[in-house]
Amino acid sequence: MVTEPAYEFETQDILLNVGPQHPSTHGVFRMVLSVDGEVVRDLVPHIGYLHRGAEKLCETMDYRQGIGFMDRTEYLAAFNAELSYVMAVEALTDIEVPERAQWIRMILCELNRLSSHFMFMGAFGIDVGVFATPFIYAWIGREALIDLFEEVSGDRMMFAYFRPGGLAWDVPRNFKQRVNEALVVAEQGIKDFDTMLTENEIFVARTTGVGKISAAEAIDWGMSGPSIRASGVPLDVRRDEPYLMYDQVEWDVIVGENGDVYDRYYCRLLEMRESVKIIRQCLEKMPDTGPIMPEKMPRMLRTAPGEVYVRTEAPRGEYGVYLVSKGGNRPHRLKVRSACLANLQALRDMSVGQYVADAIVVLGSIDIVLSEVDR
Amino acid sequence: MKGIARSMLTTLSTFARKPVTRNYPDYHRPLPRTDRAFPLLLWDHEIDEPFCTGCHACERACPVECMTVLMKDNPNHKSVGGTSSRRKIIDKFWVDYARCMRCNICVEVCNFDAIAMNNTWTGHEMSVYDRKDLVVDLEQLLTQSRAKEIDEWVPIIGQTND
Repeated sequence: MVTEPAYEFETQDILLNVGPQHPSTHGVFRMVLSVDGEVVRDLVPHIGYLHRGAEKLCETMDYRQGIGFMDRTEYLAAFNAELSYVMAVEALTDIEVPERAQWIRMILCELNRLSSHFMFMGAFGIDVGVFATPFIYAWIGREALIDLFEEVSGDRMMFAYFRPGGLAWDVPRNFKQRVNEALVVAEQGIKDFDTMLTENEIFVARTTGVGKISAAEAIDWGMSGPSIRASGVPLDVRRDEPYLMYDQVEWDVIVGENGDVYDRYYCRLLEMRESVKIIRQCLEKMPDTGPIMPEKMPRMLRTAPGEVYVRTEAPRGEYGVYLVSKGGNRPHRLKVRSACLANLQALRDMSVGQYVADAIVVLGSIDIVLSEVDR
Repeated sequence: MKGIARSMLTTLSTFARKPVTRNYPDYHRPLPRTDRAFPLLLWDHEIDEPFCTGCHACERACPVECMTVLMKDNPNHKSVGGTSSRRKIIDKFWVDYARCMRCNICVEVCNFDAIAMNNTWTGHEMSVYDRKDLVVDLEQLLTQSRAKEIDEWVPIIGQTND
């Protein structure tokens, strides 16, 4: 008697460990994928590999010393990170920042947004498989901006340039001319990306419909920045709660429609154009001379007791600093609300049901900086 | 197909542009004067001694505690027949460059303008085979300034250009 072979086998999902040392995870990030063939069934992100306790370290340091650590939480947009921190300190000390310092801060923050988005464009290109070409093109624009940052602040990434009260020192005399030069290079870079990727059929086919997230879900996850604007939520701290001089310049909040990977890319591209627009207006309105710090600044800054939450729009979303002070020269408690951490939580919802290769693209599209996630 | 053709044209058009690459080890781009690498001490060429009096201000202000300072009585002080008006002077000074986070705070707090950030390429090309070689002593910290190899930039906080 011949027994029928059992054709029905029990199947099992395979656990696939991506990271922490994986080039496409943008740092030390580990995700455990549960895959059925090529399809992702479940995704568990593991964070914390880059935790250095920056917030706790800041509690043992005075306000000036903390600035350097804020740089290192968000190293691709350090001006924005510093800005939140010094604005929180200023709010507790009632320091009036001179107008010129505010304009310069705004220009530098927008330039930093440009350089950060350039970095996104290049790294995202690698993630979707346009290897190296956009990455190197992004470097042309970014290099021009970073050279400018170096002339202004002395360092290329860890600036330590904003101080409670204003700026550490004045910008170079040819600042406006140098910004204009850098903007010309940056605009060319944006144009290159637009013609190279935006309408490229291969790129569009690769990214459209991948990693969709609806507006309601994005709000539930607490996403912010270009990642939520791509889903059609016009959320922008610069417009909702204008800080610095954002209420005096005209620009548009870029909003996407579908909330997929392509929209997240395209929102950032258009946002770069808006940044250029903002910087051009700033250069017109900025006074050439004037103080960059209040007349009398104490040698050692002491804040009043109290607590404050200050949020600004960093390139990746809302970067907030919650500062509790009990008086004295150092924070009692400091908490950084990082946009990347909130955006990363939605990763599972965006990737489940897609291919493994798409999960990498989704991760790239929310533009994570792991040092900001883990702090 | 139109989009692909356009993107290929973009790539082709870069052939006609000026190259932006700097061949780094062969070509060192000029650094701005504001550039900062690691801290070093400055030499007072008038009296032929370091500016530093060993007052510990930078050591206390350093967020990462990368400095160690020891002071001594100045053997060249006027009271003992010398030419200097510095009563105390630096005896030993170590900076752990591996720890330094280049925040510029030591330069800001120095009352004697005795410390500055290295703004030459020497300060950037510091690779060594052993981590403890990055702990530099007083002699190494003063070499560049004594040989007048550095055009130091010591900013005053909150100062404007005019």
